Amino acid sequence: MGHIILENVKKRFGEVTVIPPLDLEINDGEFVVFVGPSGCGKSTLLRLIAGLEDVTGGRIIIDGKDATSVPPARRGLAMVFQSYALYPHMSVRKNIAFPLRMARLERAEIDRRVKAAAEVLNLTDYLDRRPGQLSGGQRQRVAIGRAIVREPAAFLFDEPLSNLDAALRVGMRLEISELHKRLETTMIYVTHDQVEAMTMADKIVVLRAGNIEQVGSPLELYRNPRNLFVAGFIGSPKMNLINGSIAAQHGAETIGIRPEHIFASSEGGEWHGKVSVSEHLGSDTFFHVTCDGIPEPVTVRVGGEVDLHYGDDIWLTPDPNHLHRFDTQGLRVA
Amino acid sequence: MATQHSRSAARLMLAPAVVLLLGWMLVPLTLTLYLSFKKYLPLRGDSLQNGLEWVGFENYARFISSSAFWPSVQATLIIVGGVLLITVVLGVLLAILLDQPIWGQGIVRLFVIAPFFVMPTVSALVWKNMLMDPINGIFAHLWRFFGATPVSWLSDASVQSIILIVSWQWLPFATLILLTAIQSLDSEQLEAAEMDGASPLARFFYIVLPHLSRAITIVILIQTIFLLSIFAEIFVTTGGSFGTRTLTYLIFQRVVDSQNIGLGSAGGVYAIILANIVAIFLMRIVGKNLDR
Repeated sequence: MGHIILENVKKRFGEVTVIPPLDLEINDGEFVVFVGPSGCGKSTLLRLIAGLEDVTGGRIIIDGKDATSVPPARRGLAMVFQSYALYPHMSVRKNIAFPLRMARLERAEIDRRVKAAAEVLNLTDYLDRRPGQLSGGQRQRVAIGRAIVREPAAFLFDEPLSNLDAALRVGMRLEISELHKRLETTMIYVTHDQVEAMTMADKIVVLRAGNIEQVGSPLELYRNPRNLFVAGFIGSPKMNLINGSIAAQHGAETIGIRPEHIFASSEGGEWHGKVSVSEHLGSDTFFHVTCDGIPEPVTVRVGGEVDLHYGDDIWLTPDPNHLHRFDTQGLRVA
Repeated sequence: MATQHSRSAARLMLAPAVVLLLGWMLVPLTLTLYLSFKKYLPLRGDSLQNGLEWVGFENYARFISSSAFWPSVQATLIIVGGVLLITVVLGVLLAILLDQPIWGQGIVRLFVIAPFFVMPTVSALVWKNMLMDPINGIFAHLWRFFGATPVSWLSDASVQSIILIVSWQWLPFATLILLTAIQSLDSEQLEAAEMDGASPLARFFYIVLPHLSRAITIVILIQTIFLLSIFAEIFVTTGGSFGTRTLTYLIFQRVVDSQNIGLGSAGGVYAIILANIVAIFLMRIVGKNLDR
C-alpha cells in the first residue's frame, strides 16, 4: 500500500508562500520524482508529506485515511535524508535497528529484519562499524536500510545522491531503481537533477515556485512539454529555444528544437551558421553554432566523428516533426 | 639555512613563555616540596635566613594523622561531586531550553551567563546575607510566608548550601559549553529519529545525550580542576566549620591560622596527589569519550 493524495495543500512560512494550493495523486507502487530548480519547494513538499512540516491548508490522504495531523512516525512513511542523518554514535546494526527498537519489536524479530536488510544492501560485513568508518555510498545504503526495515507504505528520498561523486551516483541510481522493482513500494524522490528524474521515474512532477508545471512519464515530458519551463528543464543538453522572425515563420512566438532533432550538414540546409565550440564525447559530438539571425548559439548533436572545427561553415535543418511551438504565454501550441 | 634560521628565531620567541611557565609552576612546586620537609613555624622564630630544621616525613605523618584530614577529603569530594552533578544535569536541561527559538533570546542568554562574571567572594556574600540569612534572608521570609520555620542554611545544611552557591556560579559555564554543543547537532538526525518513531524523551536519550557526551566530559574535567580549589565561598560563608572544611581550606588553616608552613606544605603535596587521583579516575571513566 502507498496511495497518497494531496488535496489543496498549501504551505506558508510567515508571509512567504512556498506552496500555493496544489493537488497531486501518487498511486500505489509508483516511483514519483519531484524535480525543479533550487528553491522551487520540492523538498518542502516532501517534508509536508512526511509530516516534518505542518500544512497551512488542505489535506494529505495516505491509503484512504486523512493523515494531515498524524505525527510523522505514524504515517507509515520512511525517509532518506540528503545528509543520510545516520546516528554517529551507533553501529550500522544499531542504526538500522533503531526504528524497530522504537516500535518495541522483539529482539529476534529485529535481528531477523536487520539481517535481511543488510543482505539486500550488501552491508553484512559492515554491521559492526560506525557510520564514520564507512564510505559515502555505504552510508547511503545504511540510510536506505534504516528505511527498509520499517516496511513502510512509501519511501521518501530527499536528494539522496547529491553528496556522492559522479561515478557512485550512477551506481546508486541503478540500485535504488532495482530496489523499487523488487519491493514494489511507492517511492517519492526529490532531485534537482533532471537526469536522475528521467532515468528513475515512472512519473515526473516538475515544480516551479511551488506550482506543478507538468506531471507525466519521462517520455511524455520529453515529447510534449506543456510550456517553455518544462521544455527547457527536461532534456540534456537543453532544448534550443528560438524567438523572433524564425519562430514567426513557424507561426509561433517561440519555437523549441532539441539538439538531437536538428540535421547538420556542411553543404546546405535551412539555417546557415558557423561552428563555435565543439564538445566531442566520443559517441556524440555537440556543436554550438552561431546562426545568422539567431542571437543565442544553437546546440546540435551530430554523430561521433565529424570533422568540423571552429569557424567552419555549417547548415542546420530542424526536423519539422519534432518542432515545439509556444505562444506568447509560453504555453505549447498544438 | 632559512629553516634553521627561523627555527632558532622560533625558539627565541618561545623562550619567554617557557621561562614564565616554568617559573610559574616549578618554583612554587619545588618550594612547597622543600618546605614540606622542614619545620617552619614563623611565630616561633623560624625563618629562611636562619636556616630551617630538616624533619623528614614528620609533617606528612602529622597532616594525615590529624583527625581533620579524612573528613576534609570527604568534604572536598562531596562538594565537587555535588556541584558536578547539579551543573551537568541542569546545564543540559538549560542548554536545551535556550536552544529553543524564543523572543529576546540574546538578553535571556546574557542573563543566564551573568553569574559566571560575579566574583566568588561577592556571590558568596550575597547568598549568605541576602538569601540564606535565617532572620533577614529572602529564603527565611519565604519560609515564614508559608508558615514554616526558617532554616539556618549555613549551619544546619552547610555542605548543601556551599554546593548550591558554587553550582549557581558554575552552571553558566556548563550551560554555555553544552549549548554550543547542542547547536552543532544536525537537525536532520532529530528529524530522522522522529520519523523512526522516537518519542521526544527517546530522542533526548538516544540522540541528544550521546551527542553531548564529549561536551559533558569537557565540562566535568575543567570544572573538577577549579572546584577542587574552591576557597572564597567557604571562607566567606562558614569559615570551614559545620563540616565544610575542604582539603584546600584545611591547608589554609594550617598555614595561616596555626602558622605552620611546613605542615601546610605537606598538605599541599597531598592535595596535588588527590587532584591527580581524581584526574586519573575521571580520565578513565569519561576520558575515552574524547577519543571518538
